Amino acid sequence: MNDNAATPKQEHEPGTHPNWPAPILTSGPIAWMRDNLFSSPFNVILTLLALWVLWIIIPPIINWVFIEAIWSATDRKDCWAQMSEPEAGACWAFIQSRLSLFIYGFYPEAERWRVNLCFVMLILFLLPILWDKCPGRKYLLWYCIAFPFIAGWLLIGGFGLTPVPTNEFGGIMLTFIIGVTGIFFSLPIGVALALGRISNMPALSTICVIFIEFIRGVPLIALLFVASTMLNYFLPPGTTFDLLMRVLIMVTLFSAAYIAEVVRGGLQAMPRGQYEAADALGLTYWQSARLIILPQALKISIPGIVNTFIGLYKDTTLVIIIGMLDPLGIGRAALADAEWAGLAREVYLFIAVFFFLCCFGMSRYSLYLEKKLHTGH
Amino acid sequence: MKFKPTLILSAATLALGITSGAQAGTLEDVQKRGSLNCVVSTGVPGFAYTDESGEWHGFDVDFCRATAAAVLGDAKKIKAVTSTGKTRFTLLNSAEGDVLWRNTTITFSRDVGVKLRFHGVNYYDGQGFLVSKDLGVNSAKELDGASVCIQTGTTTELNLADYFFANGMKYEAVPIETNDEGRQNYLAGRCDVYTTDASGLAATRSTFTDPANHIILPEIISKEPLGPATRHGDDQWSDIVTWVYYATVTAEEKGVTQANVDEMKSSKDPEILRLLGVEGNQGEELGLPADWAYQIIKQVGNYGEIFDRNIGPNTPIGLERGLNALWTEGGLQYSPPFR
Amino acid sequence: MNSTPATTAPPVDTSGNVITRLWRHEESRSVIIQIVTMVVLFALLALAARNVAINLEAIGKEFSFDFLWSTAAYDITFSPFIEYTSRDTHMRAMWVGIGNTLLVAVCGIILASILGFLMGVMRLSKNWLVSRIVYCVIEFTRNVPVLLHILLIHGVIVTTLPPPKQAIPLGEHFFISNRGFFVPAPVFEEGFWLVVMAFIAAIVAIVFFKRWAKKVQDATGKIYPVFWISLGLLVGFTGLMFLLTGMPLSWDFPVLKGFNYKGGMALRPEFLALWLALSYYTASFIAEIVRGGIISVSHGQTEAARALGLRQNRVLQLVVVPQALRVIIPPLASQYLNLTKNSSLAIAIGYMDVVATIGGISLMQTGKEMETMSIVIVIYLIFSLTISAIMNWFNRRMKLVAR
Repeated sequence: MNDNAATPKQEHEPGTHPNWPAPILTSGPIAWMRDNLFSSPFNVILTLLALWVLWIIIPPIINWVFIEAIWSATDRKDCWAQMSEPEAGACWAFIQSRLSLFIYGFYPEAERWRVNLCFVMLILFLLPILWDKCPGRKYLLWYCIAFPFIAGWLLIGGFGLTPVPTNEFGGIMLTFIIGVTGIFFSLPIGVALALGRISNMPALSTICVIFIEFIRGVPLIALLFVASTMLNYFLPPGTTFDLLMRVLIMVTLFSAAYIAEVVRGGLQAMPRGQYEAADALGLTYWQSARLIILPQALKISIPGIVNTFIGLYKDTTLVIIIGMLDPLGIGRAALADAEWAGLAREVYLFIAVFFFLCCFGMSRYSLYLEKKLHTGH
Repeated sequence: MKFKPTLILSAATLALGITSGAQAGTLEDVQKRGSLNCVVSTGVPGFAYTDESGEWHGFDVDFCRATAAAVLGDAKKIKAVTSTGKTRFTLLNSAEGDVLWRNTTITFSRDVGVKLRFHGVNYYDGQGFLVSKDLGVNSAKELDGASVCIQTGTTTELNLADYFFANGMKYEAVPIETNDEGRQNYLAGRCDVYTTDASGLAATRSTFTDPANHIILPEIISKEPLGPATRHGDDQWSDIVTWVYYATVTAEEKGVTQANVDEMKSSKDPEILRLLGVEGNQGEELGLPADWAYQIIKQVGNYGEIFDRNIGPNTPIGLERGLNALWTEGGLQYSPPFR
Repeated sequence: MNSTPATTAPPVDTSGNVITRLWRHEESRSVIIQIVTMVVLFALLALAARNVAINLEAIGKEFSFDFLWSTAAYDITFSPFIEYTSRDTHMRAMWVGIGNTLLVAVCGIILASILGFLMGVMRLSKNWLVSRIVYCVIEFTRNVPVLLHILLIHGVIVTTLPPPKQAIPLGEHFFISNRGFFVPAPVFEEGFWLVVMAFIAAIVAIVFFKRWAKKVQDATGKIYPVFWISLGLLVGFTGLMFLLTGMPLSWDFPVLKGFNYKGGMALRPEFLALWLALSYYTASFIAEIVRGGIISVSHGQTEAARALGLRQNRVLQLVVVPQALRVIIPPLASQYLNLTKNSSLAIAIGYMDVVATIGGISLMQTGKEMETMSIVIVIYLIFSLTISAIMNWFNRRMKLVAR
C-alpha cells in the first residue's frame, strides 16, 4: 500500500477520527442529480429536453382529467356548460351514467347480485392462488378448481335461478369471464400439448406440432370469425352452440397453443440429467412428469406463462368484432347515444386505465414471483 | 391421464353450452325457451337502440316485440342479438337468431344465394346521400371526387359502386362497420358524404347538434325494400313472421288501435273479428293461440302506431309516411286479407 | 396417475389376455396409444366433414370456389399496388387485400424495429429521467390492448385534424388533414430503369468490396473505412447515372381540387392509424427485448474489448451487438409475427386488408363463409411460416458468425 505516502498530514490520531458525513457533493440529492441527470453536457441536454416534454404533456392532461373534469351532468351539453369552455375537461359524468352497463352489460338488473357474488368469489379464488401463506390454502385450492364451474352455473342460471342468456353478458364481467376461463383451461391444455410435442411417440407429437403451429400461425380474429361463422357447420345438424361458449373454446385453444410453446421452452431448458435421474429412480412417465419435470419446467416458464395470460386478457377486446359487448363494445355503443356522442376520449381512457391496471398488476405479480422462486444455480 | 383437462372441458361444454333442437321447429324452440331471439342492429336511432337501462327500443324492435307477443303472449320476452351488417345472416343461419328484424334489404341474391326467406316489406326505403350544406352540393351528380362513408357488407355498398361507375365518377370509399362509426366519421369530416338508406340518414341526422345544416340530396339511387327474414326450411315459422307483419297493417287499415282493441272485439266487421281471434281458427292454423293478433295490437300497436311512436313526424327522427302510408292513402303498405 | 407401469410389473407376466400383456409392454403401449389417437382423430375429422356436407345440403349451399371469378361489385379505394375497380373479381379483391396486409406489415415491422431499438437503448440510458419516462411509456403501451390503440389513433387523426380545405400545409407540397397526409409522388419517366440498374450494381459492388476488405483485414490487419466507401459507391454511382440519363424523375404534387387533394401520394388515416398503432405497440415489446439482449452481454466482454484497445463504436459493432443479437432475434421474430397477425385488426377501422376484403365484404356479399374463411386462414399460415423461416435462417446465420 503506497497511498499512505500521498496522504497529507494527519489531523487526528489514528482511531480518533470522528465519523463525519460524506461530503455533500458525493451523496445526497445533489450528488444523485449530478450522477444521474447532469453527468455530461449531452446528459444535461437530455434532461432539459425530457423536462420540457413533461412540461408540455403533463399539466394539460392533469387539467383535463382532474381539474376541469365534470363528475355529474345529465348530458353532453349540460356537461360542457359547466366547464370554462366546451371540451376543456373530461366529462366523467358520461362514464358514471353508464357505469352499470360497463360492469354488467345487459345482465338483468334484478339478477345482478349473482354477478356481484361472482366478483366476491373471484377474489376468494385469487387469494389462495396469489398468496401462498394464505390460511387453509390446501382446502381453498379445491375451491379454486370448482370456482369456474360454480360461477358459470351461477351466471347462466343453474341452482334453480332464472336463466340468463349469454348474449346479455357484457362489459367488465364479460372480460373477466373470457379471461378467467381462458387462463384456467389453457394452462392444463397447454402443458398437455407441450408434453405431447416433446413426447417420443411420433404420431402424437406430429399432431401436437400441427395443432400448435396452426393456431399460432393464424390471427385470433380469424379464429373468432371461424367460431362465429363456420363452427356450426362442423356440428351435427340441429345442434347449436352458444356463441359465448364457442368464443371461450377458441380463446382457450388459442392461448393453450402459446402456453404450450412457453412450457416447451421450459422443458427443453431443463438439464438432461434431471430426466435421466428421474428414470434412474424408476419413476414412471407420469410420476417423473408430476414430481420432477413439470415443477421445475413450470417455474422456469412463469414469466412467459404470465405474459401469455396478459396477452389473452388484452385479446378479450377482439370479441367486439364479432358483435359481443365487452367494455370497449359497450363504450362504442354508448357513444351512439345522441345525448352523449362525441365523448370518445373519456370512454377510451376509462377502458385503457381499466386494462392497464389489470395487466400491469399481473406483470408486477409475475416479477415478484420470479424473484421469489429464483433459487439460482 | 393426459386427456383429463380436455375431458373436463368437453364435459363442461356439454353441460353448459350445447342446446340441441331440431332446426325445423323454430316455434317449439321459441316456446320451450320462453323467449324470442331477434337479430337487430347494433344501433340505429329510431330503428333499434338501447336506453340507459339497456332496454331495447325502435321500429324494428317493436316488430320483434309484436312477434314475441304473438308467439309467447308477452311482448317483453325478446332477446336482442346484436349484429353488424356482416354478421346478421350468419347469426340467423347458425340458429342464434330466430328472426331478423334489422333494416335488411330484400334482394335476389340474399333470398336465393344466402338462403333466406323474406316476409313482406315493413319499410320501403331507398339509398340517399347526406351532405353538409357548407359543401354547396345540390345533386349527387356533383359528388365526383368526394369521400363517401359507407357501411360494408350492405347492399348500399354495391349500389354506390354501381352508381358512381355508371356516372363515370370517382370517389374515395371510407368503409365503416356500424352506423355510429359512420356518424362519427361524417361529423369529423373524414368523409364528405354519408350514404345509407334515406330513413337511416334522417335518423342519423336527428342526432346531430345542428341537423339543419345537413341536407339529404334529392337523388334516391336504389330501391331498398326492408323486411324481416328467417332461415330456409321452416314454413310454419315463416308464415308466422309474415302474418305478424300483415296483422299490424290490417289493424291500421281497419282502425284497430292499442286503445280500442278491446272494444273492437265486439265489432261488426267479420275481418276484425277474424283478426282478433273472436271468430275462426286462424291462430290455431298458425300453431298460435287464438288471440295472437289481439296480443300484438294490445301490447305493441298497429303499423301506424309503431311508425309514429318510433320514427314518425313527432319524433326526433321526423320521417313522413310517404311510401309507407297505407295503400288507401297513396302508399304501398298493403296487407292481403285475413280470410 | 393410477396406471400400473411396465417397470414395476414382473417382465414375464402371463396373467390377463393378450391386450393386457401388450399394454404392459412399454413400446407396444406407445404404439397402441398412437393408433388409438390417430383413429379417434380421423374419426372426428370424418364426422366433421360429414356434418359439413349434411349442413350445407340442408340449407342448399355448395362448397365451391367459383365465386372467386365472379364480379366483386364493391370498391376498394386504398390499393397502392394493384389496379382495381368494382368490376373486377373477388379474386382480384383478395390480391388487393393481400397487398395491403403486406404493406402495413412490412412498414410496421420497419418502424417498430426502429422505435423499439431506440426505446430499448433509451431505457438503458444513464440519464435517470429519460430512462424513467421511457419506462412509463413502455409499460402503459404494452398493458393496453392493441385494438384500443388502433381505435384511439384513428379517432385522434379523424377528429382532431382539420378537413382538407383547412389542411395544415408543411412547406409548399406537404399537407396534413383528416383525410390523410398528402405528399408528392415520384413519377418515373423513360430511362429510370437505368438508374435502378445502377443502384443494384452499386449494391453488388459493395457486397464484393466488403468481402475483399474483410479478407484484407484478416490477412494484413489493415482496416478500410468500409461504411463510408460503401455509401460513396451507392450515392455516387446512382447519382451519376441519374444525371447521365437526364434526371428521368419528376414529382406529382398534391393539389386541392373539389372535395379532396388530387395527385401526389396520400397516407390514408386508416393506414396511418393501423401502421402507427401497431408499430408503437410492438415497439414497446421490442424495447424490452433489446434491453434484455444488451444487458445479457456480460460487462466483462465490453471491458475485455476495451482492454484490447478497441474504440467504443468498434466495441459495439464487433463485441456487443453480435452477442446481443443472438439473444434478441428469436423473440424479435415472434414479435414480427404478432405484428403481422395483429394487422388483421384493420377491420375495426376499415383498412382493406385480407380479412376485410375476402374475409369481410366478399364473405358478406356471397354468403360463402367456409370458402372465404379457409382462404384467409391459409393466407395467414403462409405469412407466418414465411416469416418464421426467414427468421430461422437469419438466426442460424447469426449463430455461425458468433461462434
